[in-house]
Amino acid sequence: MAFCSVLYESAEGSAPPEMREAPPFFPDLNLDQVINAITTSKQEYDLKPFFFSPLHDTDTIRYRHEVMQDLESGTLLEEIRSFAQRMIIVRRYLGLVEKLESQNHREGWFLEAARVYCEAVTGLAHALSQADLRSRGLLAFRSYMAGYADSQAFLSLREETLQLKADLSAIEYCVTIRGLTVRVTKYEGEADYSVEVERAFDKFRQGAVKDYRSKLNVAAGMNHVEAQILDCVAKLYPEVFARLHEFCARHADLVDETIRTFDREIQFYVAYLEYIAAFREAGLQFCYPRIVQVKEVFAHDTFDMALANRLVREGTPVVCNDLHLQGQERILVISGPNQGGKTTLARTFGQLHYLASIGCQVPGREAQLFLYDRLLTHFEKEESIKNLRGKLQDDLVRIRAVLEQATPASILIINEIFSSTTLQDALFLSQEIMARIVELDCLCAWVTFVDEMASFCEKTVSMVSTVVPENPALRTYKVVRKPADGLAYALSIAQKHHVTYEHIMERVRL
Amino acid sequence: MKAFLMYRDRDFDPKQKLPPHHQALTQDLELETLFQAMALGDEFLYSIAKQAVLTGLQDPEEIRYRQDILRDCIKNSAVVREIYQIPIESIRNKRERYLGIWGTTYPSGVLSSAVRMLEMFVELLRKLRRITDEHAWRFESEGFRRFFAMIAEELDDEYFASVQAHLKTLRFRNGVLLSARLGPGNEGTDHVLRKPGHREQNWLKRALAARSPGYTFSIHPRDDHGARALSELRDRGINLVANAAAQSAEHIDSFLQMLRIELAFYMGCLNLYEQLSRLGEPISFPVPVAASQRKRSFIGLYDVCLALTMKGRVVGNDLNADGKDLVIITGANQGGKSTFLRSIGLAQLMMQCGMFVPADSFCANTCRGLFTHYKREEDPTMKSGKLDEELARMSQIVDQITPGCMVLFNESFAATNEREGSEIARQIVSALLQKRVQVFFVTHLYSFARGVYEKRLENAIFLRADRRDDGGRTFKLIEAEPLQTSYGEDLYRGVFGGQAS
Repeated sequence: MAFCSVLYESAEGSAPPEMREAPPFFPDLNLDQVINAITTSKQEYDLKPFFFSPLHDTDTIRYRHEVMQDLESGTLLEEIRSFAQRMIIVRRYLGLVEKLESQNHREGWFLEAARVYCEAVTGLAHALSQADLRSRGLLAFRSYMAGYADSQAFLSLREETLQLKADLSAIEYCVTIRGLTVRVTKYEGEADYSVEVERAFDKFRQGAVKDYRSKLNVAAGMNHVEAQILDCVAKLYPEVFARLHEFCARHADLVDETIRTFDREIQFYVAYLEYIAAFREAGLQFCYPRIVQVKEVFAHDTFDMALANRLVREGTPVVCNDLHLQGQERILVISGPNQGGKTTLARTFGQLHYLASIGCQVPGREAQLFLYDRLLTHFEKEESIKNLRGKLQDDLVRIRAVLEQATPASILIINEIFSSTTLQDALFLSQEIMARIVELDCLCAWVTFVDEMASFCEKTVSMVSTVVPENPALRTYKVVRKPADGLAYALSIAQKHHVTYEHIMERVRL
Repeated sequence: MKAFLMYRDRDFDPKQKLPPHHQALTQDLELETLFQAMALGDEFLYSIAKQAVLTGLQDPEEIRYRQDILRDCIKNSAVVREIYQIPIESIRNKRERYLGIWGTTYPSGVLSSAVRMLEMFVELLRKLRRITDEHAWRFESEGFRRFFAMIAEELDDEYFASVQAHLKTLRFRNGVLLSARLGPGNEGTDHVLRKPGHREQNWLKRALAARSPGYTFSIHPRDDHGARALSELRDRGINLVANAAAQSAEHIDSFLQMLRIELAFYMGCLNLYEQLSRLGEPISFPVPVAASQRKRSFIGLYDVCLALTMKGRVVGNDLNADGKDLVIITGANQGGKSTFLRSIGLAQLMMQCGMFVPADSFCANTCRGLFTHYKREEDPTMKSGKLDEELARMSQIVDQITPGCMVLFNESFAATNEREGSEIARQIVSALLQKRVQVFFVTHLYSFARGVYEKRLENAIFLRADRRDDGGRTFKLIEAEPLQTSYGEDLYRGVFGGQAS
């Protein structure tokens, strides 16, 4: 089978057009932060479109899982990195060739690009041949690479490159500068004068002294004097330089198109694996989720990637949570004290599904996730003078838009709506919206301060953020499945202020 | 080339970290007086004297190496002072002629300032050579003989001639020849300065080789870019040689600095020697023995700082404490106990840095570290009580102490009642002795002193400040058991007159 892409299996047009824009829910789920962090050190590959395009078939997701698993086993990832490093150099040298004026100089850099390219290709072909591969993607690419690296065209490119490089490196010449005149000759064994001067004063050596070598500007590039010197050198060694001209003309199209594409696409995986490595080092787990089309989902020891990214960097422990929906259950209703991790859990629910849908590993020890058609979010927005509506009205307008787009296969993430009205109103409106969602039968995570929503019907599951009873100010960020009675929190506050029954019994003396 | 006048085989390190307790030592032994006498107002001599005294030696062999050199210095002080002037002159020349290697941006700049420095140094080295030729024969110590032999051998006429030739070539009046290779992108790399006309092949090969072709071009006189490019290229060629010349200059500079540092110690000793001679106080070269032995016998040991302060002769003491680990000194107030203790410490430091000592004769084992624990003023910050402060200092000493060290206690642990103070002293001293630490203890803690005395320890000796029967002091210490009174009453009488009530 002809190899085409490590991201999509079949050759014909399954690769969708590249998305330049992030999906609209990215900011709500903090996925913009996550994807920025993943791609920031890989700007030159333009990886974001890959991260902006969710998949809708389980087979392509599995195709990516396979590739990522191959990269995780053995030393292949390291080999891919050194291949990528070399390709970066190749591109930089070819970029130089575009800009330079002097022909001998330009061709020198082209030869250098060719040399590094040959190293990159040979190195990668060898590494692939040694690797224990299972993935369809990398197996196909391996056979493509083997064929390319063994082709007559490549072998002779490599041969010529090495020969030319050796011949040019062997050249040693002399430059005599006297006033404004420069004379270029072949080197004929003139003695090294610096060594002689050092030797003359060597007896005074007293241990380490300052380095007086000037930091001379040795950036790549040549001025016209150096270019003229190089032209003189070319005249001294006409045969080698003639071969170089001819070589450059013949190999103008240096980099193979398929290899170029692979170099970019494989970075999708490399970037992701590099990103999650820091989390793993901090003791957090990632897994390949099982992707299902029934609405039974779970994730154990999972966490919010955007939040964890910050915490890990600060060295603060990350609290993991479990969540699951089974049987009739469709809707996670998350309530409880503020700052207790409610929104974080809702985001996590969204992130899990999104990351799964682009074929990546997800945060957690183990996970089973739903292959959705649309991911829709409704987060509280700041009041905006532009939409000329009140906040409550705005909430309702937006939630209607969400519900209109949603299908039974969609996932909704709703965060604290109807906070700008009375509790009575909020209860009423929430019940209305909830009824529609229940009717729709889609998966949903809903953060609310309206406790009554938690026990709406058999499709809703109550999850409550918790606090340490002795010190309610201390946040656990643990969100657990339990009825939303609101009591534990109030009690702990009472204890803190010594106004519980026992306290009052004790404090109030006769 | 190394001066090696402080150690047989290494440089003296003027920046060596002083022992952590050096401030206490300086304060308790009045070392400032000693340093000032050695420096005579010269800051540099002061710093080296301080460094040398506080970072003494332990190996008797190393001590003797310095003693021999110091003997030579005393004998040939004029010549030594003349040599000491050479590095001084270098410093003056550098200042007056603005010599130095500044602004390392351009190798040509580095090179020309280095050459000027080197030319100045060569003159001074010639002077050193002349002194060697004239006076080397007068010196007997191993250190000086090696030093002069090295000068004669390394700085011979041929050497001066070749250096002169290099300094001329380094001006590059005939242009610069450099070789290079083609690096990545065919850019010139590995620029090496070559010596024109000095080919490594033999003349026959050269004669047979056809004159190789060459290509020449010139930069237009108004092409500023070109001229700058050319001087950059030239700089690339001479970068290494400029570095070599600058480093050579720095090496010679540091050789001269080292000479100054190592002679400075002996200059300080000479200064002190001359002052003591004028006071008519005796000095002698001590006989150091290994730290593992227990030797301490002397005749006429006096407190050099007291003599310098009083500008006159002071009372000396005799002692034979060979084989003793513990010396307990009791007796009359103002009877010379503190002075005695200080003279012990001073002599120890002076011996261990290779100096003479203030005594008619002196023989002692070296110690691995000298510590002092003196009664102090009340802590002005009121952070801690007095005994608390004393014990904290004791704890710092214990942090650093090792077997073979020596501690001088002066009225320590008296900030509490007699019994408790005695008990603390007893516990500390017994432990130190167990750890093979030598202890000198001036004390009024009678229970402590008496308790130790009654144990009849082989390795302890008891001294007492002498008091004439009329209450007058001799400032001499005699070997005697501790007494229950320190004759404070005498002092009281001295102050208030008449009989105590």
